[in-house]
Amino acid sequence: MEGRETRRHLLLLLPALLLLALLFAYPLLGIVNRSIYKAGYTLQFYRQIFRVPVYLQVLAGTFKVSAVVTLVCLVLGYPLAYVLATRRPRTAQLLMIIVVLPFFTSIIVRTYAWMVLLGRNGIVNQYLMALGFTDKPLPLLYNQAGVVIGMSYVLLPYMVLTVYSVMRGIDRGLVRAAHSLGASRMQAFRRVFLPLSLPGIAGGTLLVFILSLGFFITPALMGGPGDMMIAMLIEREVEITLNWSFASALAVVLLALTLIGFAGYNRIVRLERIFEGRG
Amino acid sequence: MAPPEGIGGGAEVRLHELTKTYGAVVAVRDVSLTIASGSFFTLLGPSGSGKTTTLMMVAGFAYPTRGEVFVDGKPMAALPPQKRDLGMVFQSYAVFPHLTVFDNVAFPLQIRKTSRLEILHRVGAALELVRLTGYEQRLPRQLSGGEQQRVALARALVFRPRVLLMDEPLGALDKKLRTHMQLELKHIQQHLHVTVIYVTHDQEEALTMSDCVAVMQGGGIEQVGPPAELYDRPASRFVADFLGESNFLDAVAVSASDEGHWRCRAAGGLEFYGVGAVPLEAGQPITAAVRPEKLVQAEDAGAAALGPGANTCKGLVEEAIYVGDATHYRVGLGADGTVIIKVPNRVGARPPATGAAVVLAWSPEDTRLFPRVAA
Repeated sequence: MEGRETRRHLLLLLPALLLLALLFAYPLLGIVNRSIYKAGYTLQFYRQIFRVPVYLQVLAGTFKVSAVVTLVCLVLGYPLAYVLATRRPRTAQLLMIIVVLPFFTSIIVRTYAWMVLLGRNGIVNQYLMALGFTDKPLPLLYNQAGVVIGMSYVLLPYMVLTVYSVMRGIDRGLVRAAHSLGASRMQAFRRVFLPLSLPGIAGGTLLVFILSLGFFITPALMGGPGDMMIAMLIEREVEITLNWSFASALAVVLLALTLIGFAGYNRIVRLERIFEGRG
Repeated sequence: MAPPEGIGGGAEVRLHELTKTYGAVVAVRDVSLTIASGSFFTLLGPSGSGKTTTLMMVAGFAYPTRGEVFVDGKPMAALPPQKRDLGMVFQSYAVFPHLTVFDNVAFPLQIRKTSRLEILHRVGAALELVRLTGYEQRLPRQLSGGEQQRVALARALVFRPRVLLMDEPLGALDKKLRTHMQLELKHIQQHLHVTVIYVTHDQEEALTMSDCVAVMQGGGIEQVGPPAELYDRPASRFVADFLGESNFLDAVAVSASDEGHWRCRAAGGLEFYGVGAVPLEAGQPITAAVRPEKLVQAEDAGAAALGPGANTCKGLVEEAIYVGDATHYRVGLGADGTVIIKVPNRVGARPPATGAAVVLAWSPEDTRLFPRVAA
């Protein structure tokens, strides 16, 4: 009985598995192979990564920027998702369209739009100066601030949608029950709603963080020379220096670090509990 | 768990002209009730009758358009739900899924900053009351529906509210368990002397548990009274129909007799006596309601007890429906209509065969007359 069930599930998964094997697992093996092979097997590319400080600095910078972007997305996205989840369906639908609207435009166009907004004479600086917050234009572009603003903007919907989907599943009756038991709005939120929305926070931060690690266009356009992220480094090795083996080694290191991070995260928040049916 | 110390028993709850409208829709209309301290009070009605909205206004989750709720004379309208100190049990259980049974029950005490020792003591007592001792460390998903509902009950009682509100709390349970929980709830209520306001659409549940029942329809109250009074002397055709089963015969009130009964004549010429649920006039079209178990066969022992003043009629058994402990017979009365009679399957019962002619007898006292409204 159980065996048949498993077999049927396998059959349903087969198309996706085949696609992944063909387009993901096979090329990945190719990359791993290339990272240790150049006219004979060698570990020289990995040695290079760990010996030359600039590569490790780029890696560390990538993780740092990703962490900051994740935090910004959480701080901005959680309240937004809360509003979406607690409004009447019609209002929520309208707000949801606004949230996903950016997905209809190319990321390059949106990034350029931010560059116009954030430039020395951009609208943001003009307003800040007109309102007297600052005397001279703030450096918002071609530095880490620009990268964080641009990436947070692009990744915010992922956070909102993930958190929102979990919040939507929270029985509002539980908050009512908390009130009936004497809990104030704040207590009901802190003791009931927030813990029940944790799976959304965990899923959203994980998604945004992992997407951040591989970000390319936004940091390339909005960052300064010192804001190189690992994906840009890999691109340069592939396109300019044509050192594909080194690029492969960088990609493998990024993947390995991501997986280690994922495993550590998994230990803390127990992802399997997130995907398990709640209730 | 002992009854609350100090102030004895539950609070008196008074609803004064409570009204709730949503736009042009009137959900609750001028509901005025006094619910005695320590009583088990049920709001009974079909869905959309306003019973849940009424309860939500007592709880504070719905704000009355007009009217006021008093708990022990204290007006409630200005208070949010969390300040009303009323226990509430929801149909959906609403047990916190991320907390253990212990933490669920401890929740209202932690909110009230009760000391740890006191929490330990009182949660233990509350779980004992609902017979869930030993379940402290389980998570709600490891519990059955009935067990979750007990957790919800313990949680609603642990902070010793003087009023417990229950919104169809047994609706999601299967019939056996529901019957069992009904009695258990009733015992707990009697033990704690807490005032219970219970909402249900299940008339059997209302009759079993309540000291007093208010039947609601269309946002208003049809009748309030103890279960037996509602069942034996329904004030309207709706109550006679909704609470239990009734046979309805269309007739005309002919004349008032000396005993305060009305002589009535049905469409087929059948004459019988009954009691007006409201003042009637001669010649008024009426509907007479008789409970199926009040109709007996004239040759049965029960018929003799009815005495000489009993109503009688002849009929033909059209159908027998066996329901286990009793058999229901559909008896045709010719042009007067059809009635259902309920005959218990006692030892030595001689059931009439389908097609047999029977003579039925029933008391005028058990014949309620309602003015007939043009359909």
